[in-house]
Amino acid sequence: MTFEYSSAPESKAIVKINSLYKLYIGGKFIAPKSGKSFITINPATEEVLAKVAYAEKSDVDRAVKAAQAGLKIWSKMAPAERGKYLYRIARIMQERAREFAVLETLDNGKPIRETRDVDIPLAAAHFFYHAGWADKLEHAGVGTNPKPYGVVGQIIPWNFPLLMLAWKIAPALATGNTVVLKPAETTPLTAMLFAEVCEQAELPAGVVNIVTGDGATGAAIVNHPDISKIAFTGSTDVGKLIARSVAGTGKGLTLELGGKGANIVFEDAPVDETVEGIVSGIFFNQGHVCCAGSRLLVQENIQEELLEKLKRRMALIRLGDPLDKNTDIGAINSREQLTKITELANSGDEEGALRFSTDCVIPSKGFWFAPTIFTGVTQAHRIATEEIFGPVLSVISFRTPQEAIEKANNTPYGLSAGIWTDKGSRILWTAKHLRAGVIWANTFNKFDPASPFGGYKESGWGREGGRHGLSAYLKGAK
Amino acid sequence: MALTDGSLVSIKGFLRTLSPVDQVGADARAAMLATRSIKTASKRWAIDMAISMIDLTTLEGADTKGKVKAICNKAIRPDSTDSTVPHVGAICVYNDMVSVARKHLDASGGSQIPVAAVSTAFPSGRASLEVKERDTKDAIANGATEIDMVIDRGAFLSGDLEKVYSEIVYIKSLCEGKAHLKVILETGELVTYDNVRKASFLAMAAGADFIKTSTGKISPAATAPVVLVMLEAVRDYYQMTGQRIGVKPAGGIRTTKDAIKQLVLVKETAGEEWLNPELFRIGASALLNDLLLQRKKLTSGHYEGPNYVTLD
Repeated sequence: MTFEYSSAPESKAIVKINSLYKLYIGGKFIAPKSGKSFITINPATEEVLAKVAYAEKSDVDRAVKAAQAGLKIWSKMAPAERGKYLYRIARIMQERAREFAVLETLDNGKPIRETRDVDIPLAAAHFFYHAGWADKLEHAGVGTNPKPYGVVGQIIPWNFPLLMLAWKIAPALATGNTVVLKPAETTPLTAMLFAEVCEQAELPAGVVNIVTGDGATGAAIVNHPDISKIAFTGSTDVGKLIARSVAGTGKGLTLELGGKGANIVFEDAPVDETVEGIVSGIFFNQGHVCCAGSRLLVQENIQEELLEKLKRRMALIRLGDPLDKNTDIGAINSREQLTKITELANSGDEEGALRFSTDCVIPSKGFWFAPTIFTGVTQAHRIATEEIFGPVLSVISFRTPQEAIEKANNTPYGLSAGIWTDKGSRILWTAKHLRAGVIWANTFNKFDPASPFGGYKESGWGREGGRHGLSAYLKGAK
Repeated sequence: MALTDGSLVSIKGFLRTLSPVDQVGADARAAMLATRSIKTASKRWAIDMAISMIDLTTLEGADTKGKVKAICNKAIRPDSTDSTVPHVGAICVYNDMVSVARKHLDASGGSQIPVAAVSTAFPSGRASLEVKERDTKDAIANGATEIDMVIDRGAFLSGDLEKVYSEIVYIKSLCEGKAHLKVILETGELVTYDNVRKASFLAMAAGADFIKTSTGKISPAATAPVVLVMLEAVRDYYQMTGQRIGVKPAGGIRTTKDAIKQLVLVKETAGEEWLNPELFRIGASALLNDLLLQRKKLTSGHYEGPNYVTLD
């Protein structure tokens, strides 16, 4: 007999899921004017989780009005008082962490180990971090009298639903703005649980407003004349549309968009830890990560050894029930995304790259994609240039550090990169020449609220997190 | 296949080909594996496997014949009320207690249980090669079929790798055909994971059948990342030579949870092939009773007090 892990599922009973979620506007849960709703499903089982209100333009108008009313209280409040509310929200999120973790896993498909150990603790950390800034903004290096924008419109993606909400709402509130936020269509539930947290924290009405819907709802936010700043995380295509829409309106704008991160492995890298970093770089969160290390650039003279170890390690990745505490890779968030990943992976086959997938058992229901790497990839392949946003790694070799830099930078994106070497001077040299907003050395996909995050080129404008992130929510700030 | 001819130049050259270990990454990997949730049937399997892997150990100045006989009885029948409990992997004692243990085991139905002797001026290794030789020969003559030798950490840290290597080769020659050789690295004194990896390869190249973390006299002992690094070393050595070397963490593994974490490390690092007492042992004493209590709990549904398992 071998050592098989018995199933160890986290209990769903910890969290109460409503049959219908309304809009959170002006401190109240209210029905949309049209009475329309849509469903959100569990991507691991395709079961319907809940109905969610569909917000149209008139509902967005109501939310913006509520945010304007909230602004009168919030922007006049003593900054230390604002900080207290943020601390309170952070503490409640920690207290209700298990609820959030289970709900996020159900709605998104990502493993409970990640929601429990990464998403939810980091989301709370963002509120704690920004709570501390609320009464210290004049020391943030953004001028002596920084002022909030006013009502901020925020649109977030489905890959880290609650964490992206925290990245958006925490700095906006700390700097005295009020918000209208739209969660992604496929993952609205933790945002609605967050609305309950706002109620529990007795946050003044209208400071946080959450409207659920689709792209049209997002467009209503982007084009709303009374919103003074837009913050968006999502695809580069939508980011470009938003940039066009707000051009010339005087609205502030930050964009966190796509990426095709290069994970660069030099011959003197610590191989076992590098393999772990490659795995976390591309298979963490099913590869639904804008800063994923989706291109592995490996020095040719160690490629064989590294890939052998990587393949052996990939065979250990546990794909399956996201609620199981031992699951490493969960479900693809939607059928639409699965189709996109499948199509791009097929292009890899067609263009002559060599596919390797682990032969894990794929559940019969739900959306799944086995961890996959493509070897023999060159810059000319689609899978080397297009963002796949799934558990698919393209392996490209290089001969010299110069060639590694050229290949790493040869992309319209510039969000993240990783450097693996035992040599400190090489880390510094490589980082200096890479055009990427976030560079990890001998690690990957590590996040901290104090560290600014954002991209070069088509990966985005502005930074989130840290002091730089604060300046994105302060008017006139440099 | 000889990876080195034993000369300093050759040993150094060989160790230089090894990949470095990134401490932060190794710690993170070990911490992640510690989150594996082992329940129900898998827990039952792991508990019995862990029991069969224990080198039940007493290494005290206060050891007496009575104490050694008592742990021998415990080794044969860990739970006198339940005959389905497997016997432990071995008994581990000081040199002068080897014959006591061997005779008592043989007389009490435990002839299948090997006796391991700590050797070569355990725990410090600070003695001449003649003393170490005598120590080892003595233990084998008295019936030890497993020799747990210590490396010369002073020599290792000062760069005298030839000395470390040649001592292992020599002790191995004394064991050949008579005893298994476990080489104790005393990782708590080597400190860095790079040193642990190098010492692991040095010991394996010199002929170790097992590499063992610690004497139990130095803290920290068998930490999860150190065991991880050693398991990676035996896995890589197998890739190079086709030979499987065992691993023995010792020191600080006291609870069922600790032991199960070790088995998870084995499964997800070296692989399933290492999950048997021939290739993985756990040096421990108090651990056995916690495993027995947890084993009873799986059957009865409640956790009994320490008075419901025998002291030794």
